[in-house]
Amino acid sequence: MTARDDLLDLLVEDARHTTADLARMTDLTEDEVEAALAALEEEGVVAGYQAIVDWDKTDREVVRATVELNVTLDRETGYGDIAERLARFPQVKTLRLVSGDYDFLMEVEGASMHDVSIFISEKVAPVPEVTQTVTHYIMTTYKEGGVVLNDDDDDDRLSVSP
Amino acid sequence: MGLDISERVRAVPPSGIRKFFELAEERDDVISLGVGEPDFSAPWAARDAAIDSLERGRTSYTSNRGLLELRRAISRHVDDRYDLDYDPDEEILVTTGVSEAVDAALRALVDPGDTVAVVEPAYISYVPGVIFAGGEPLRVPTREADEFKLTDEALERAGAADADLLMLCYPNNPTGAVMTGEELEPVAEFCREHDLGVLSDEIYAELQYENEHTSIATLPGMRERTVVFNGFSKAYAMTGLRLGYAMAPPEVVAAINRIHQYGMLSAPTTAQYAALEALRSCDAEVEAMVDEYDRRRRFVLSRFDEMGVDCFRAKGAFYVFPEVPTDESAEAFAEGLLEEEGVAMVPGDAFGDGGEGHLRVSYATGLDDLREAMDRFEAYITD
Repeated sequence: MTARDDLLDLLVEDARHTTADLARMTDLTEDEVEAALAALEEEGVVAGYQAIVDWDKTDREVVRATVELNVTLDRETGYGDIAERLARFPQVKTLRLVSGDYDFLMEVEGASMHDVSIFISEKVAPVPEVTQTVTHYIMTTYKEGGVVLNDDDDDDRLSVSP
Repeated sequence: MGLDISERVRAVPPSGIRKFFELAEERDDVISLGVGEPDFSAPWAARDAAIDSLERGRTSYTSNRGLLELRRAISRHVDDRYDLDYDPDEEILVTTGVSEAVDAALRALVDPGDTVAVVEPAYISYVPGVIFAGGEPLRVPTREADEFKLTDEALERAGAADADLLMLCYPNNPTGAVMTGEELEPVAEFCREHDLGVLSDEIYAELQYENEHTSIATLPGMRERTVVFNGFSKAYAMTGLRLGYAMAPPEVVAAINRIHQYGMLSAPTTAQYAALEALRSCDAEVEAMVDEYDRRRRFVLSRFDEMGVDCFRAKGAFYVFPEVPTDESAEAFAEGLLEEEGVAMVPGDAFGDGGEGHLRVSYATGLDDLREAMDRFEAYITD
């Protein structure tokens, strides 16, 4: 595993690691870490840094839904063109082309179910290439980005053991 | 007469770790770097296999030697990973942890008065195990100058030429030291020359960060005079499932099995199914855990280095073994650190006199706690 791979693993685990800690854990100098991170960002390998939020633990009402989309293509319009158009909407948090019964899997977010419904019916469905939408409202999220939410995994080991 | 405690038991003092454990238990808010086991849970697939085995009602004894399917999987695994060639029918015995395997092997191989050379610093069970088996422990100290590696000179100095058996553990608990094949060769030569049998505890074999593991049993002329111990506690984070194994020539495994079959019957069936699944499908989880340990190891070594605390570059297990940075004994320092800063590190002399002047620091704990513990350690030695 290269130092770059190591840095990526560490950032995925916790993007708030300090440069000093990243250096300590990879045997790189702080300058080398800074340079590597700059390169990763420059190349678009690291496209951004985000927090994993359990919205159920906040007062904010956040409604999320996954939407299956079927589309039709023509000589002028490919999947990339449709994706580019859909991805522009700020309500669209994730957009993926997938194999199987439908073409795109989209995750959208809104302040209420009504908001999400309106967005799908007024913004997504009318896109000319979209032939079908199937919306699934997310009821409970148990795991997000590799992190188990509501995980009260206490360390039950003895405080000192051989 | 009544229930008089035997001389053998009275000859073994209470563990130094026990005393320190009691001190640490008295306090809340302790960050413990004194834990000799992973902070991960066993991989889910292994736990799921254990649950499945219970649901299917697989709650009977297995063969004394362990499920044949598991022994076959172990045989393939040690061949793939360490180039060890053991026949699952006659040369592998599944035990209730490596602890049982070592205890049974000592009792199977030691006659009253036999001398067992124990390489120190050492895991706390070896010397008591020798005494319980009726043997005489001979302590073989290793030195920080040698990175706590065993040398033929150290064996010579300790008088191990006259010993019957040699008990060693690399990667080492408590020091984190490892030995390459090249470094093991003079030790093997010494054993061949003086006709010593070897008990090689390789429970940390998977946790090597800068070398591939070499078992002493793979060196010329060593297979027939070595018992290799390994298990699932460390690499697969299955300490509580209590599953290990011993590998040796058929007559030796048969002898160990004679003790095992009367004392234990068979290792826990549920744990054996978990172990079988661990070998089948948990390589990726092991690799991820090893990567995580490695990052923490580098972090801890870097922090000690920044503080100016002497700490040799441990390359295995999940321990580093820094020198006590004051004039105090290891025990006094560790007690002060616990009392003032709420950080538990085990005094090195709990692992034999050769550990005096050092601390065993386990990095089998999350990075946030490691970071905080190191900061508190720094505050303690700076004040």
